[in-house]
Amino acid sequence: MRQPPVAGHIVWQLISFVFFFGLWELVGRWPISAAFPPFSQTLLALWQMIADGSLGNAYLSTLQPLVIGIVLCGMAGIGFGIGMGLSRTIEWFSLPIFIILQAAPMAAIIPLITYLYGIGLTSKVLAVILLAAPVIVMNSYKGIRNTHPSLIQMSRSFLGTRRQQVVKIILPHAAALIFTGLRLGLAMGFIGVVIAELLITPTGIGDLITYHSSVADYPKMFASIASIIAFAAVTIHALERVERRLFPPEIRGA
Amino acid sequence: MPDDAIVEVEGIGKTYPGGVEALRNVNLAFPRGKLSTLLGPSGCGKTTLLKIIAGLIPHNAGEVRVNGKKIQGPGPERAFVFQDFALMPWATVLRNVAFGLELRGVPRAQREATARRYIAEAGLSGFEASHPNQLSGGMRQRVGLARALAVDADIILMDEPFSSVDEQTRRKFQEDLLDLLRHRRKTVIFVTHSIEEAAYLSDQIALLSPRPGTVSRIIRPNVDRGRSADEIRRDRNYLDTVDEIWQILKQYV
Repeated sequence: MRQPPVAGHIVWQLISFVFFFGLWELVGRWPISAAFPPFSQTLLALWQMIADGSLGNAYLSTLQPLVIGIVLCGMAGIGFGIGMGLSRTIEWFSLPIFIILQAAPMAAIIPLITYLYGIGLTSKVLAVILLAAPVIVMNSYKGIRNTHPSLIQMSRSFLGTRRQQVVKIILPHAAALIFTGLRLGLAMGFIGVVIAELLITPTGIGDLITYHSSVADYPKMFASIASIIAFAAVTIHALERVERRLFPPEIRGA
Repeated sequence: MPDDAIVEVEGIGKTYPGGVEALRNVNLAFPRGKLSTLLGPSGCGKTTLLKIIAGLIPHNAGEVRVNGKKIQGPGPERAFVFQDFALMPWATVLRNVAFGLELRGVPRAQREATARRYIAEAGLSGFEASHPNQLSGGMRQRVGLARALAVDADIILMDEPFSSVDEQTRRKFQEDLLDLLRHRRKTVIFVTHSIEEAAYLSDQIALLSPRPGTVSRIIRPNVDRGRSADEIRRDRNYLDTVDEIWQILKQYV
């Protein structure tokens, strides 16, 4: 496949950004709702929040449960998914749980978490884990389970032990899918942490959003919302690039 | 049965879970140092039989003996070449070819030296660092063959190895295979559904009839392989063999 020249690519992206922000500015200046600030005011509010340190502090406290939750999921979730893929017993008793968790509307469970674990860091970490774990576990599980059967036969026919089969065939085969799961898990984790900060106790970004909305400082409220969206998008996109670097198409299994 | 049979199949039966009977009372002997073909229409259980000989799938009745000894699963004297190549996409050609030796714990320098030799012999020099997805179907199958040769097994089991490569590659590959066998005295058991391929390559052809698979005929084409490929393809015996096989197989399709 031929890629368009990189320079042209960037120009089109810039045009799309200019168009979007221009539209935002225009609609914001339309005298319909005082609660919708134009782009320029939002940008100014963002600059003020960066300058007075409130945004930085907010991110420090928002990232805490997110990072803890994702690291825990990354270790336990991947381990669990691999276990489910390798052992029929583990699969039998845990697959239904993760299928239900993947389908369940998590926001409904968050009051329950608060009831059980209070309003501290534990509850927020749990909210991140509940959202991120299913996709991380399921991707690891599928990566293991989808190993090409003829590769397994190949390893057996050349007298590979079960251990060699797992280490040299099954895990390398699953690696790309596991990484994809981690990236999708992080995207879910962003959702989880913001929901937790809005529903449990306002801290970090959630606090900035609720506070500025309650005092009707709409530019700052919009700036907080826009900043977390941009932050999540850039992080996930960066991970996607890392993924493409680590697992280029020529080494991926069909 | 001939005295110098390296692989003997006796009374093999196979019924898949679910009740499909794939093979019934199959008796066959494969002569040492020769190329034998399992030929039949699809659904006759030829691949199943080959995988039973490889020790990759269990059978329900009978036994397989290699060098007179009953087999219990795969063994070092047998190497398999897969229809879909079964190459690791994340590994280079070099590592794929050396993989059988890697599983046996051969030190890296030694197994890579061996692998390079067989890569050269398979005509893949210069592609050691490529990945399988960067190669054509014919080249991938050469990697699969080089991997099977690298473990130095006496018996090479090939499951329709040329079915997914184009006609020109197929012919070239067949000729290379005959060349190779002449030099190395390997025993090859080969599954195919192509009559021409079987008649061209084989010392012995076992015709299988379908549902349940059983041996309907054994043919030993008397084709003189000392001559060039083009001469063989015009040979009277070769053409007669093709015709004879077709007369038998016709009733199954």
